[in-house]
Amino acid sequence: MTRRLSYREAVREAMREALQNDPRVFLMGEDVGCYGGTYAFSKGFLEEFGPERIRDTPLSELGFVGAGIGAALGGLRPIVEVMTVNFSLLALDQIVNTAALYRHMSGGQFSVPLVIRMCTGAGRQLAAQHSHSFEGWYAHIPGIKVLAPATLEDARGMLAPALADPDPVVIFEHCQLFNTEGELPDDWRVDIASAKVRRAGKDVAIITYGGCLPKALAAAETLAAQGIEAEVLDLRVLRPLDTASIVAAVAKCHRAVVVDENWKSGGFAAEVVARIMESAFFELDAPVARVCSEEVPIPYAKHLEDAALPQADKIVAAVKGLFS
Amino acid sequence: MTIDHRAPPPPSGPVPWDKDFAQRLLADMLRTRRMEEKCAELYGAGKIRGFLHLYIGEEAVAAGALAALRAEDNVVATYREHGHALLRGMSMGAIMAEMYGKREGCARGRGGSMHLFDAQTRLFGGNAIVAGGLPLATGLGLAAQMLNEDRVTACFFGDGAVAEGAFHESLNLAALWKLPVLFCCENNLYGMGTAIERAEAQTDFCAKAASYAMPAQRVDGMDIVAVHEATQQAVQRVRGGGPMFLEYQTYRFRAHSMFDAELYRDKAEVEEWKTRGPIHTFTARLKSEGKLTEEAFLALDAAAQREVEDAVAFAEAGGWEPVADLLKDVHTS
Repeated sequence: MTRRLSYREAVREAMREALQNDPRVFLMGEDVGCYGGTYAFSKGFLEEFGPERIRDTPLSELGFVGAGIGAALGGLRPIVEVMTVNFSLLALDQIVNTAALYRHMSGGQFSVPLVIRMCTGAGRQLAAQHSHSFEGWYAHIPGIKVLAPATLEDARGMLAPALADPDPVVIFEHCQLFNTEGELPDDWRVDIASAKVRRAGKDVAIITYGGCLPKALAAAETLAAQGIEAEVLDLRVLRPLDTASIVAAVAKCHRAVVVDENWKSGGFAAEVVARIMESAFFELDAPVARVCSEEVPIPYAKHLEDAALPQADKIVAAVKGLFS
Repeated sequence: MTIDHRAPPPPSGPVPWDKDFAQRLLADMLRTRRMEEKCAELYGAGKIRGFLHLYIGEEAVAAGALAALRAEDNVVATYREHGHALLRGMSMGAIMAEMYGKREGCARGRGGSMHLFDAQTRLFGGNAIVAGGLPLATGLGLAAQMLNEDRVTACFFGDGAVAEGAFHESLNLAALWKLPVLFCCENNLYGMGTAIERAEAQTDFCAKAASYAMPAQRVDGMDIVAVHEATQQAVQRVRGGGPMFLEYQTYRFRAHSMFDAELYRDKAEVEEWKTRGPIHTFTARLKSEGKLTEEAFLALDAAAQREVEDAVAFAEAGGWEPVADLLKDVHTS
């Protein structure tokens, strides 16, 4: 059985369930309360759970993310919502230097069971300062887990295991996905450890995550009409990265395109390609290709923004390039 | 406002404590001092590496303030935290072994001098990012409030932290949510080598704290009596609800770290502050009040030195964490 809902509703349900099931869970962030959540993820929560547990914060990303870390150390299970990845740069010190390091630096004495959620990505004409995709930076850091739910199941299912995790987990929700609708299966429980094949194929592996997943799936349909069966692998978890699933997809298809909204230079796609080189080089029949954002700040004008970002047609072209 | 770098007048007035308590606090300062003198020596001998920031001169603050806390309270400290760790109740051996990088250290050699942690005594670091501990302390206060726990969080930081955004964000949050956090500013007049008047447009730190609608008080940090009495009252007030800010005016007798040539301050200034040293002035007061004999002092000092010798022997005898365990404790599982 399935039921129809949106990505937004799935995230909302997941948070509501967590708040209902565990009195230690609370939500904190800018405009999560009275405003109902910047993206309406927490609409009605303030009335349902009260201001203690639905906690509006000042615009103090460093302060309230750090307070989330302290609250986690003190016995709570905070969900800290940072409005967007762009603003998370103001909190980067607390995430990288405290949350990620405390367990190791204390010789295993202190874990930080904290969940940080944030919106990421471009595509809504918000211009350069509101369109970043920095999840690759976070995936660089040992000590945190990095999730990128791209499907309804993951939007609904990833929060519970993230909250159950004794260590910090950062969840990146791509802004382009919030209004997508679909059928959520009754059994939506998921792990936060593995990549998942979203479309089976045999000719080329399109490896992606987050906001690029729908584009990759659209590209796969176009390619299928032209006789190329693409396997689409959704990484889901950027750290720790499920290398085995990447290798399996490459071993099956012998060609691979990595699609990622980060910039190419030093970006996350480069890491995926490096793992293919290390572990599946002799499976390849063609060089691995990347489709990433152009090396430019994301522009405002629609046609320029579209041109700067990975798109289905660019993925199709990259795949075809592997067969020429 | 120009800053008077001269030492304040020596403390006066009777010590309002019985002999046992007074001698305990004196012993705490002595233990810290002797431990750190040995650390400096061991650094020179190559036994301790990395950064080593000594607290010598500032001992009255940790000794007086920590004695005002309960076991269930939380402590957050900086990279100049050897004294806080020791006086919070960690064994000197575990501290010394950590500085050696040995597996018997409190963090099994992962942290070193700047990252002393102890879950048992609720010491949450040893945070070496200036002001990095303040948001954390605010969150610990939030947890205590939401869980209805009677727990004060004492957060120590230096004057340098006052210039960081984290200071302002944390004080605002703590005051806004009335969190049980005591902000303990150890003002030793220099953020590394930069005198506060060269870094701060407003050098009145209490005015800054008060602007976040919390009580703020300046304390003579060279006088353990003043430190303890003020902290005791502040802790009571914080326990009743809402944060408070204490500025302990103190002075670091040694260099910022072992790599500091001290080009930024006059030797005369250092010498003058040394005449206000918290240990010898308190010792003199206790003697003059008949609460300490020379023999008792020597016994306390000898005990401190023995503890140091034992800690060094413990660290020397310790083993190295196997490299096979290098990746341990990055994640819980």
